Amino acid sequence: MALTIPNALYHQLREHGEATYPHECCGVLVGEFGETGEKSVKAVVPCGNTRIDSLANRYHIDPAELVRVQREAMLAGRDIVGFYHSHPDHPARWSTTDLSEAHWIGCSYVITSVENGHAVLTNSFQLLGPEENKRFEDEHVEVVEQ
Amino acid sequence: MPIKVLIPTPLRPYAGKQSTIEVTAQTVGEALNDLVAQHPDLRKHLFSEDGKLRSFVNVYLNDEDIRYLAKDDTPAKETDTITIVPSVAGGQ
Repeated sequence: MALTIPNALYHQLREHGEATYPHECCGVLVGEFGETGEKSVKAVVPCGNTRIDSLANRYHIDPAELVRVQREAMLAGRDIVGFYHSHPDHPARWSTTDLSEAHWIGCSYVITSVENGHAVLTNSFQLLGPEENKRFEDEHVEVVEQ
Repeated sequence: MPIKVLIPTPLRPYAGKQSTIEVTAQTVGEALNDLVAQHPDLRKHLFSEDGKLRSFVNVYLNDEDIRYLAKDDTPAKETDTITIVPSVAGGQ
């Protein structure tokens, strides 16, 4: 399975991680699902991180923002296909916290490592279900020109 | 005229692959009951065994979290939209 994202949007989510460093950034990936589950990102929606108690190593998107993003996406004939966040001075690998707090089965969870304020690696992981036995699977990120 | 319920992508396989489902109800609780009556496979994804909404499932009536309204007893009318969104969180 693959996540396809235009170059400009790929850089947008990485730059979000640099802008919020040393705190985690987070946001929503809006796009389209292909017939076999592949995803194509059409818009990146930056969100606020509500975990003000632990901004450097936790993130949480206000559900009210998710409601708004989902509603606007559906009006445009699109869907939420995934989410992104950053790991400041930490590898771009999912953590046990990432897995336990992930509930959007079938969606992509993109993680960017940000070292000393600079985005380094960006990896994507697809959440597979069911909820009781969920797991992340490495997902190829295909960056395209448009 | 029925109430619209917006279904998030991870729950659509249990809702006939539909993104929007129409229900008939006077309250949000009745709306959710009608929803799972139409699509029984949704029940375990929305509710825990004790019948309460699962902790990571958020239900909004228009722009308001029903937990801060009257929960299941929140009145719903035909022009309202109910949105279901699982939570999004994590960290290193």
